[in-house]
Amino acid sequence: MKLQTATRLGLYAILELARDPERTLSSAELAERFGVSSHHLAKVLGTLSTAGFVRGGRGAAGGYRFTGNRRRITLMDIVALFEPAPGNRAKEPGEDTDIGAALQRVLTEIDEIAEATLASITLETMLKPRST
Amino acid sequence: MTQIRPAQASDLKEISALDERETGVAKPGYWREMLAPDRHFLVAETDDGALAGFIAGEIRAWEFGQPAAGWVFAIQIDPGLRLKGVGSELFEALVARFKEKGVTRVRTLVERKDHLILSFFRAQGMVAGPSLQLDKDLS
Repeated sequence: MKLQTATRLGLYAILELARDPERTLSSAELAERFGVSSHHLAKVLGTLSTAGFVRGGRGAAGGYRFTGNRRRITLMDIVALFEPAPGNRAKEPGEDTDIGAALQRVLTEIDEIAEATLASITLETMLKPRST
Repeated sequence: MTQIRPAQASDLKEISALDERETGVAKPGYWREMLAPDRHFLVAETDDGALAGFIAGEIRAWEFGQPAAGWVFAIQIDPGLRLKGVGSELFEALVARFKEKGVTRVRTLVERKDHLILSFFRAQGMVAGPSLQLDKDLS
């Protein structure tokens, strides 16, 4: 599965900030940690902030802090901010044919499994040290 | 605080009632079968003896070609007592019993649209297993 760059950066940022909700990190600090574009990350943090998952960020040096609930927010909540929701997309040409419908059933099955995975993994689960 | 102990026949009424409240389906016969000696059926009760939740499972060998593994068939927690770790305690108690019997894997089957119960098992460290469940409508 390939995530769009903004989605991946959004997940990196929210997980790093959620690791310690007391801590404030700027987009430049987060960008350096993951070796990604600070400009791109600043835009992503803006989206996370609008969604209410993080707070802060005045100017390039302004820091962000996690303000959500680690046990409630799932990977799907973040992915949904940056990717079109599965099943909520424009109709493609040919979908009304029998072959188009058969293909759509397969794609829907894949989407449902991906959604079940993303929607069942909370930030808390992601950040928990693995026992094995 | 909750105490965990093996389920007994005298618990069946409360177990059935809790399950029926949550699933909308009464299946007393199913729960009675879970008392069989080869099953692992545990309850969590509150300090005043009320049912807080239950978990049921079994060790199965060579099911679908896989070596022995502990299976979790069902888990249910009283909605008023959720988010207090009762489910995790029950899961850990069941896993401890499986380990005593020498199995090294635990698995379950979950409705893929039931994100609540999926999240619970994920939080216990469970991930997608080696099998994919397939299904066909025969009506």
